Amino acid sequence: MFVSRSLIKLQRYGLIKVCRNLCNQSSTTSTGNVDLKLENLEEKPAFPGSRSKWTSQLEFIRSENYEGIPVYRVMDREGKIIEPDGDPNLGQEMITKLYKGMTLLNTMDRVLYESQRQGRISFYMTSYGEEGTHFGSSAALRSDDLIFGQYREAGVLMWRGFTLDQFMSQCYGNIDDLGKGRQMPVHYGSKDLNFVTISSTLATQMPQAVGASYALKRQGSGRIVICYFGEGASSEGDAHAALNFAATLDCPIIFFCRNNGYAISTPTREQYRGDGIAGRGPGYGMATLRVDGNDTLAVYKATAAARRICLEESKPVLIEAMTYRIGHHSTSDDSTAYRSVDEVRFWHQKDHPISRLRKYMEQRSWWNDELEKDWKEESKRQVMQAFVAAEKKIKPNVKEMFTDVYDEMPPHLTEQYESLMEHLKHYGEHYPLKKFNGMGDS
Amino acid sequence: MLSVFAPRILQMSQKMGSRLIVRNSAHFNYYPDTVAASEGETNRMNLFQAINNSLDLALTNNSSALIFGEDVAFGGVFRCTIGLQDKHGKERVFNTPLCEQGIVGFGIGLAAAGATAIAEIQFADYIFPAFDQILNEASKFRYRAGNQFDCGALTIRAPCGAVGHGALYHSQSVESFFAHIPGIKIVIPRGPIQAKGLLMSCIEDKNPCIFFEPKILYRAAVEQVPIKEYKIPLSKAEVVVEGDDVTLIGWGTQVHVLHEVCQMAQDSLNISCELIDLQTIVPWDRETVRNSVKKTGRVLIAHEAPLTGGFGAEIAATIQQECFLHLEAPISRVTGFDTPFPHIYEPFYIPDKWRCLHALKKLINF
Repeated sequence: MFVSRSLIKLQRYGLIKVCRNLCNQSSTTSTGNVDLKLENLEEKPAFPGSRSKWTSQLEFIRSENYEGIPVYRVMDREGKIIEPDGDPNLGQEMITKLYKGMTLLNTMDRVLYESQRQGRISFYMTSYGEEGTHFGSSAALRSDDLIFGQYREAGVLMWRGFTLDQFMSQCYGNIDDLGKGRQMPVHYGSKDLNFVTISSTLATQMPQAVGASYALKRQGSGRIVICYFGEGASSEGDAHAALNFAATLDCPIIFFCRNNGYAISTPTREQYRGDGIAGRGPGYGMATLRVDGNDTLAVYKATAAARRICLEESKPVLIEAMTYRIGHHSTSDDSTAYRSVDEVRFWHQKDHPISRLRKYMEQRSWWNDELEKDWKEESKRQVMQAFVAAEKKIKPNVKEMFTDVYDEMPPHLTEQYESLMEHLKHYGEHYPLKKFNGMGDS
Repeated sequence: MLSVFAPRILQMSQKMGSRLIVRNSAHFNYYPDTVAASEGETNRMNLFQAINNSLDLALTNNSSALIFGEDVAFGGVFRCTIGLQDKHGKERVFNTPLCEQGIVGFGIGLAAAGATAIAEIQFADYIFPAFDQILNEASKFRYRAGNQFDCGALTIRAPCGAVGHGALYHSQSVESFFAHIPGIKIVIPRGPIQAKGLLMSCIEDKNPCIFFEPKILYRAAVEQVPIKEYKIPLSKAEVVVEGDDVTLIGWGTQVHVLHEVCQMAQDSLNISCELIDLQTIVPWDRETVRNSVKKTGRVLIAHEAPLTGGFGAEIAATIQQECFLHLEAPISRVTGFDTPFPHIYEPFYIPDKWRCLHALKKLINF
């Protein structure tokens, strides 16, 4: 109350600056943010906004004076475990499942990429080179942990059990698409698998994921949230919002950044000048780790450890997985316009998550050329089967264009739907009615 | 984005009470509403107290409900959340960092994961950093997921409208920007009784809602508000005054401006006006408007927001299409001008009773 009255007087006399200072000062002392002990006042600054010491050296903090945060890895490029106790020892069955998942995704990517080239689906985005980040991280989560993604995380969904039929149905927007054919291809989502539906808008999922983790914390279910995003999306304002909210509100969330070197054509040099995305974590007061994204076992261990921090300390964790986008950004992009073929070849041939895990398996005699050949044929057969089936399926009824805008269709939308039906009665021959369920006879 | 200092000016100015009214006299007289005795016990409440009461009931009834935003913990810069943290705990009523896009994004996530999220944006003028989260995310969440996920349990509250001296960034009426977004609901109450019932409906509605609170009414509007829990349905306009000659349509504070115009028209011109409080901007109640216009044949729509692209245009176009044969004069719109909301010129900017009366006379004499 005292502050308020003083403010009014000061404001009236036009002493706005004084007023602001007074207000800041008073509010901090009255809310008790700082424990002011008079005898220590000279030893340490008392500013409520920091916890630092005095210095009489005029010295700017310069990022080039610090080494970058190191990249954590478990195995080298030849699949050899580096530290004797570094191997997570996941066992033959689990490792084989990881490997088969990564290669199945790779096969699906090839088929769907080609199908877009042939005009059979409208759009596609591959995951080439980033399979290790998807499978390594999702394998370390509990199946009811909630996932928010960007768009290049199909492997996460595949690990959870999203079927080839479901992937294909979404890309074709057919009657079995859980999203009812409303979104572009690769915008997957599954309530059953706790994977929140993808949207095109970059980084918008990040503060949402934080909110969801706050809700899960209150529910006391032992669930956490993982939120995937690229290094380009990290430049969005929503990324800043999310990291800061998660830290100040003590949210159990893993921020998982896929730093693959490019955002479409933009190299990281034009995206940021700090030490990558991980370099920002400590600035937000967040436990942070940088990991080799092509080392599936390192990604697994990093995610498992992050999950423990989320649960035990109810705090957020930032993981930056360093990797390389081997494929084009999307089917609408030709990446040779901005990077060299040699560069891409290096990552494809010398440092690929799939070949590295295969070497690890071969050293343990868990895999060989024959198994590889059989699995390649088998996985291709599975993908083609789902592909052909999805292509044949009819699209949903056109009424689905109007449903789910609200929980119930309001009168004005009902009228608009009816006006379209009336229009189609007269002009139906100009529309692809036969492709849509229940529309062929109208 | 948000000026930290500005809210304090307003907060202080409200404490000044009558002194400020001398400097900037209010452009309207408040017409208090009443409820039937059957509504039970009532308490004298102003608008902020009625909102506080509604929020308190929401937190009490629903253990998943949460309130968050800038400075809500100590009670809010307009006192709407006062006492709620003490009563319901720091986990349920809490401050966020100063970041509107974060607040709305956070609220969407809460709602998607099963909580009832009540977010506050400190001024409607500062809702635009969250425009993307509202437009591209909240409104489309259910649709794009094929109804697998939704954020229907999200309500965003924001003070809006002229306040006498709020200038460009503490005065705006932004509803028409949001009226163009399928998938959300927008609601604006005219007083404490409506605020409590409509806010309760927003909080319980299964769609993301934006609830704009006319900040000039926070203290100025006082009514006997039922203490029990009650809801006023969304997408339902209210005929506040019945009449035969002209239909007047408004919402928020403007309803009171138009109410006075009704009386002036009756007293000085012997004109019988029917006054409609739209209450829900989208999806709006076309039926009540249509029935009134078919009776009166003349329409005046008034809102504080600028003319071009204002929601009055949507109403006018719809009336023109649905009541063409009943119209006896062009539909009149009395609104803010197509300028930013000014500081010292506010008395000339707002669509006050004199501008409305002037337009009404032309409408009658057409």
